[in-house]
Amino acid sequence: MTMFELEFMQRALIAGLLTGLSAPAIGTYLVQRRLSLMGDGIGHIAITGVALGLLTGTAPVLTAVLVAIAGATAIELVRARGKASGDVALALLFYGGIAGGVLLIGLAGQGAATLNTYLFGSLTTVSPSDLYVVVGLAVTVLVVAIGLGPQLFAVCQDEEFARVTGLRVQLLNLLIAVMAAVTVTVAMRTVGLLLVSALMVVPVATAQQFTRSFRTTFMTACAIGVTACLAGIITSYNANVAPGATIVVLALGGFVVAAIAGTLVRRRRGVLAPLADEEPEIGVPEPAPHVVSTTHQHAHDKKCGHPAVEHGDHVDYVHDGHLHAAHGDHWDEH
Amino acid sequence: MTQDSSSTANAVQVADLSVDLGGRLVLRGVDLQIHQGEVVAVLGTNGSGKSTLIKTIVGLLPAARGEVKLFGTPVPRFRQWQRIGYVPQRITAAGGVPATVQEVVSSGLLSKRRLFRPLKAADRAAVEEALEIVDMADRRKDGVAELSGGQQQRVLIARALVSDPDLLILDEPTAGVDLASQGIFAEAIRERVARGTTVVMVSHDLGPMDALIDRSVVLRRGRIVYDGLPHASQTHAHVHPHGSADDEAGWLS
Repeated sequence: MTMFELEFMQRALIAGLLTGLSAPAIGTYLVQRRLSLMGDGIGHIAITGVALGLLTGTAPVLTAVLVAIAGATAIELVRARGKASGDVALALLFYGGIAGGVLLIGLAGQGAATLNTYLFGSLTTVSPSDLYVVVGLAVTVLVVAIGLGPQLFAVCQDEEFARVTGLRVQLLNLLIAVMAAVTVTVAMRTVGLLLVSALMVVPVATAQQFTRSFRTTFMTACAIGVTACLAGIITSYNANVAPGATIVVLALGGFVVAAIAGTLVRRRRGVLAPLADEEPEIGVPEPAPHVVSTTHQHAHDKKCGHPAVEHGDHVDYVHDGHLHAAHGDHWDEH
Repeated sequence: MTQDSSSTANAVQVADLSVDLGGRLVLRGVDLQIHQGEVVAVLGTNGSGKSTLIKTIVGLLPAARGEVKLFGTPVPRFRQWQRIGYVPQRITAAGGVPATVQEVVSSGLLSKRRLFRPLKAADRAAVEEALEIVDMADRRKDGVAELSGGQQQRVLIARALVSDPDLLILDEPTAGVDLASQGIFAEAIRERVARGTTVVMVSHDLGPMDALIDRSVVLRRGRIVYDGLPHASQTHAHVHPHGSADDEAGWLS
């Protein structure tokens, strides 16, 4: 029996495929907004959601998605109101989320082993009912991320400009936050809550090494995400390690290779095609006429007795009513 | 001003405007009417409130007192954003992810686009035209992060022009821009002015755009201290040639 015939592996691979697509899709917008760590903050909050599910006996996926959405909305509101900067808001929720989660899991009587499956992913935890939720959520995220692409791009690129084009910027920002929260929950089963942010950011950073346009960055990042997820899940099965760690290590390996290759490619391009001429310089004053002191036989120095005058980056010497400045092997009249 | 102000609504009407930024009054009782077709420069030193005035006009900052009307509608209720072309004060046009010149300029069309619809052929043509105006058509596939500062500013101008606005609002468009790019700006603005576009721009240094201005407004400590013909004012080290407004009147008639 190969691993592809195992039902739990089939479910894990489907979940991995969708995670690999949706995490970089929403991650591209987060990176563009320079909020790369938002996924991490939401992941921490979702730990509290999982714990709440375990404590109350409801499905952890459901409670996780609700708490993650609430947390993401809170981050966005705190950021938009300007009460605290985005990174401070994230930091507060990081700590609150993880502390609350560990506390509640303790109260629920669950040990570290249960928590670990949510923190770092687990192949066997994707139940058939989970899979339906994951598929539904991931498809929603992808439809929004692609369908509202132009609007989300504008908001992430230049928020003020987007507002002046009449876009509902606050609503779109909130939508990005909620989609990030949903993606975190989608990815919880394969990558795990602590590493989900890596899958949002690393494929985008890798794609950027070679791309120039937003559209190709988006698509390349999704392709890298899917590859890392599927390869990670298969490796994880064979090596019997946590899938989240395997996926992220593979993604990071890809980034290192891409960064080195990208640097080499750019350097090569730079050597072959030097920088194109910038705009012609207009308004730069012509250098002053160069007058060589023809008859000058005397070398000035600090001890020659002629008064020395600081002149910009050099020293002139006063000599018979003229200023002399050293220029190569001769003296200029200044 | 060649425009008959009674026949057309003012493009911008600012009445008794005060703006509060973090508890500090940055604008105090500003009154300003800008007629359609006028080209107005807002001048003043750093901290005089000129950027605040511009941001309040486009609705990015709320008014503490008074109100701003765009084409006769108070800003909070204004919906015809495709009539406004805004160039914010930016050092770079680049974000955290690469984007091409074409992609950035296309976002200027969003006030006209419906949700979940692809770009139409007419939109593509508009992007192309806007890029031609700022002389960047050959760089359309290049990443904005790879461009020089002046070229990035030209991309931002194209993004504002692409929706064919009636009112163009520019916040420090020439800051840190080389003279060649400033010349291209001035040409792009001149073309818009010839078509009857109203232009409001904030600047320390107007450079080649100087000749286009037919009115300047000088702010100091949140109040308008001068409003009239663009002759030498306290914020200028140099003197404008007299009669420049008359020379340019032809663009408006």
